[in-house]
Amino acid sequence: MITLSGVHKTFGANAVLCGVDLTIARGTSMVVIGGSGTGKSVLLKSILGLVRPDAGLIALDGQDVRKAEREAFLARFGMLFQGGALFDSLKVWENVAFRLMRGPLARPKDEAREIAIEKLRRVGLKPSVADLVPAELSGGMQKRVGLARAIAAEPEIIFFDEPTTGLDPIMSGVINALIREIVVEMGATAMTITHDMSSVRAIADNVAMLHGGVIQWTGPVAQMDAATDPYLQQFIHGRSDGPIESVR
Amino acid sequence: MTQARTPISSGFAALGRPALAGLAALGRVSIYAAQTLGHMLRPPFYGREFASALLNVGWLSLPVVGLTAIFTGGALALQIYAGGQRFSAEAVVPQIVAIGMVRELGPVLVGLMIAARVTSSIAAEIATMKVTEQLDALVTLSTNPMKYLTVPRVLAGFFCVPLLVGIGDIIGIMGGFLVATGQLGFNPATYIKNTVDFLESTDVISSLIKGAVFGFIATLIGCYYGMNSGRGAQGVGGATKGAVASASILILAANFILTSVLFGS
Repeated sequence: MITLSGVHKTFGANAVLCGVDLTIARGTSMVVIGGSGTGKSVLLKSILGLVRPDAGLIALDGQDVRKAEREAFLARFGMLFQGGALFDSLKVWENVAFRLMRGPLARPKDEAREIAIEKLRRVGLKPSVADLVPAELSGGMQKRVGLARAIAAEPEIIFFDEPTTGLDPIMSGVINALIREIVVEMGATAMTITHDMSSVRAIADNVAMLHGGVIQWTGPVAQMDAATDPYLQQFIHGRSDGPIESVR
Repeated sequence: MTQARTPISSGFAALGRPALAGLAALGRVSIYAAQTLGHMLRPPFYGREFASALLNVGWLSLPVVGLTAIFTGGALALQIYAGGQRFSAEAVVPQIVAIGMVRELGPVLVGLMIAARVTSSIAAEIATMKVTEQLDALVTLSTNPMKYLTVPRVLAGFFCVPLLVGIGDIIGIMGGFLVATGQLGFNPATYIKNTVDFLESTDVISSLIKGAVFGFIATLIGCYYGMNSGRGAQGVGGATKGAVASASILILAANFILTSVLFGS
């Protein structure tokens, strides 16, 4: 279980997180929604320790993440980055097997390659893709490779940062379905940040809306449409009028 | 109560601000260098990254180093011959070319060419990795970016650049030899004998020491600027420009300090 209590983060004069409280139960899929620049990525990176919060507590299974042994802590996570963040200098299979060839999870090269090809197959890519470099792949294929890398070491917790950004609606649907299938199949705890409502409906068990540096609303996805929170309603229906200021 | 600024105090402030900023930057680079040295002593060590860095820093820099050295050696021979004629000392061309290339021009020019070719490419590559979240991805994959990216490159610079300097010294002397024997009428055997007899082991050792220090500086600065780049294309461009300028200045400053230490007495 991931618990955030009173998390604050400021960049210069810009207060991005102003006391975020959120709980993600083990084995559930939480989707955090919110407009651009509301701090969704900062929230996610704070949990991983890529950004250091100014105040508040982030705990994983009750233990303060700042006190956890870093390598063991990170070994529990997989992450799909917005742009894929694939390593240009490595082949596709080496990207997927990156964690399997280094550190405590290191395996022989042939075994790591086999696992990588299996994971590529799991996300719908042919084995022939394995020996290409990321620059030779389309955006959708790069996302799939990123997804394969995120699940390669079978982590307990998977983070997805804007998984469908930049993809056409069909490819977005494919990625959303893949994420849902994989999360259910692995029994993993998932946290996704997005502003794509089709992703929310496809991936989420629970939804949290981040606005103004705090969680404005959180609850099961089934209750989202019936919720009365004006911020949530404006966001999910994409209205320009409402409490969220829009720049014309 | 605030004091009115006089032109003199404004002048001091204008000088002081960049000086303080420069000192702060030097402090940050020093801390980064200390962290890099600390990571060198602790596993894991990424052999494949080191081999790739050796190829990039060493082997692929050979053409630019060789061309720079041969033209510089040739020009140096012409200059010394023309200058020496003024006081009937044309015969010292082999000795001065040798000492000039080995003690000074070889290490400095190779250092500057490495700053132009390697520092820029390292800074641009790592800055692009930062902009595209590849550095964050490394962290989430339980890999320390400093160990994976900085340590192999800095070690490659430390070991390769002295070799490049040695090769550059030889090629530079060859450039002087070709011009002196082909154009200025020197006897080839005498030229080589004078060069070999005149050079001392301390000259060569000082050249290699300078190469190691310049290689360390060039690669470290490239990594530092890459890791600390701003966002977007402008951030990558700024990191690259800053890395090359800083590495060049630091190499020239280090050259002065090393020359003072090695030959000052």
